[in-house]
Amino acid sequence: MFYREAGQFKASYGADLAIFPIRQDLIAVLGILIFAFIVVPLTATPYILTGILIPFLILSLAAVGLNILTGYAGQLSLGTAAFMAVGAFAAFNFALRVPGIPILLAFAGGGVVSALVGVLFGLPSLRIRGFYLAVATLAAQFFILWFLTKVGWISNYNSSGVITAQQIVILGYAFITPASKYLLILSIVTVMALAAKNMARSNVGRSWMAVRDMDVAAEVIGIPLMRAKLLAFAVSSFYCGVAGALFAYAYLGTVEPEAFSLDLSFRILFMVIIGGVGTVLGSFLGSGFVTLLPILLSVTVRFLDSNLGLHIAESSISNLELMLFGGFIIFFLIVEPHGLARLWQIAKEKLRLWPFPH
Amino acid sequence: MQFFFEVLIGGLLSGVMYSLVALGFVLIYKASGVFNFAQSAMVFLAALTYVGLLEVGLSPWLSVLATLAVMILFALAVERIVLRPLVNQPQITLFMATIGLTFFIEGLAQMVWGANVRALDLGLEDAPIEWVTEKLGINVSKFDLAAAGVAAILVTALALFFNRTRIGRALRAVADDHQAALAVGIPLKQIWAIVWSVAGAVALVAGLLWGARNGVQYALTFVALKALPVLILGGFDSVPGAIVGGLIIGASEKLAEVYLGPYVGGGIEGWFPYVLALLFLLVRPEGLFGEKIIRRI
Repeated sequence: MFYREAGQFKASYGADLAIFPIRQDLIAVLGILIFAFIVVPLTATPYILTGILIPFLILSLAAVGLNILTGYAGQLSLGTAAFMAVGAFAAFNFALRVPGIPILLAFAGGGVVSALVGVLFGLPSLRIRGFYLAVATLAAQFFILWFLTKVGWISNYNSSGVITAQQIVILGYAFITPASKYLLILSIVTVMALAAKNMARSNVGRSWMAVRDMDVAAEVIGIPLMRAKLLAFAVSSFYCGVAGALFAYAYLGTVEPEAFSLDLSFRILFMVIIGGVGTVLGSFLGSGFVTLLPILLSVTVRFLDSNLGLHIAESSISNLELMLFGGFIIFFLIVEPHGLARLWQIAKEKLRLWPFPH
Repeated sequence: MQFFFEVLIGGLLSGVMYSLVALGFVLIYKASGVFNFAQSAMVFLAALTYVGLLEVGLSPWLSVLATLAVMILFALAVERIVLRPLVNQPQITLFMATIGLTFFIEGLAQMVWGANVRALDLGLEDAPIEWVTEKLGINVSKFDLAAAGVAAILVTALALFFNRTRIGRALRAVADDHQAALAVGIPLKQIWAIVWSVAGAVALVAGLLWGARNGVQYALTFVALKALPVLILGGFDSVPGAIVGGLIIGASEKLAEVYLGPYVGGGIEGWFPYVLALLFLLVRPEGLFGEKIIRRI
């Protein structure tokens, strides 16, 4: 009843092709954005901002990047964290070595370097498919981290390869408080997520989906396979690179290459799979799920432990969390293999029919 | 030159250890098309259970049998709880499910048996064989040689099992096409339970050998990362490929570390196998022995 697009007539091609063609969707997105931009920074505590929202947003951006590659173009990658590392370290070097460079330009530069590296490691995808490609992208993961540790120039000759991110200053304003960092990240993530959604409905996005569904067939109907696949690697790595730069500058501060380990790659892949493959919304839902679940589990287990007087040892608690995390992932995959975004789609369908389901 | 051969043989023998882990992956992939990331966690679980049972006071043989029973029960549970609801899902979903399974097993194993590092003694010495050292001047570890022997027996047995027995043929049929296999009356559920049990047994062997060599500890779960390049080099669905791939990776990794490592600052063992496997894949996209995929529209 509330969610029904009857009566919304599209009078031009432009209106029909809008990113959010249904008015209720547009209103909802605007509502969420207003809430996130105005209400959250005013009300949230610094812990919620730095401990939950900032990592959530940054990892969402990385998940959007991986979703472009895996969800839209169908190329499985396990090297996401390495591309984030490239972005972080490249941005650091831009800010360090180019005098007076605006910090946003350094972030973008990190993204561009990451995109170039992504194209390089994407080249094998022209010949290798499926899990063979996934394992091959692990080569990127291990090689890049090794390279960042071994080449002293990258970390400005720090003995253990640790970099300390410079302060974020834009037009003379220093982003120090959690709320200001949050707003900066939120702006970047919003712009890039909308850009991703825009790309997905364009010529480029359609060619990616054709490649994903069947690359031989896509080639037959005239989609340049090489361009489509390498572009997917480039765009995806750009997103991951910017996310990595934000991760270093706005979240961690001091970064060692090990912060971008295989574990992080897997976590981002989880976000994409649990959230929903091939949807931008899914990346955010998945990121929320994977970021919040460990915190919720830890709080719940500790609450039960102290209230019921079980006195579980600290090591058992962390093992229990690990088990529950694994269990929940399996559970969600079984209940909804198409991800949380699919649940939202089903809900939309239900809302459309309610209250007359027939 | 002697040094070269010593490094080469050491590499080949450690490569066999990688193959043992890769074998478990191959079995499950071959029979169900699932890329089972949890194989390394199963190795960890098996080794930890064995050591734990020894500490409780069981005799070694009894512990092996009991651990085997645990692994089989575990395989049955996985088939029932994880695989059956996920039949016909895309491969990547199943892959993710096995990563979830990895977390679960790691938590479970450490919760039951504790997280401290334990030594595992199989009664095999990691010492050079004396008469080889005297005759040829090359150090060959007894332990590595015994491990290679075990791997050889295991591979022969599995190859025979796959090619000569009724169940083996059924396994290959299931791998080829789930629906067609079901249509000709092959019991899919039983086949999966069997193959996961066999993979559990392989994990037990690998766990005992790796545990005896490096100690039973959490780091055991990282052996999978050593097995993955072996896997893509040899081909996901080839038992001989796992062995040949293991030999190539083991030997080239050690040789590269010794001869190439000093020039680039060392520590290249972590990524060299992957880059090597990647280069192989550029020539043969399905690995050395993988089944060639014919793509049509």
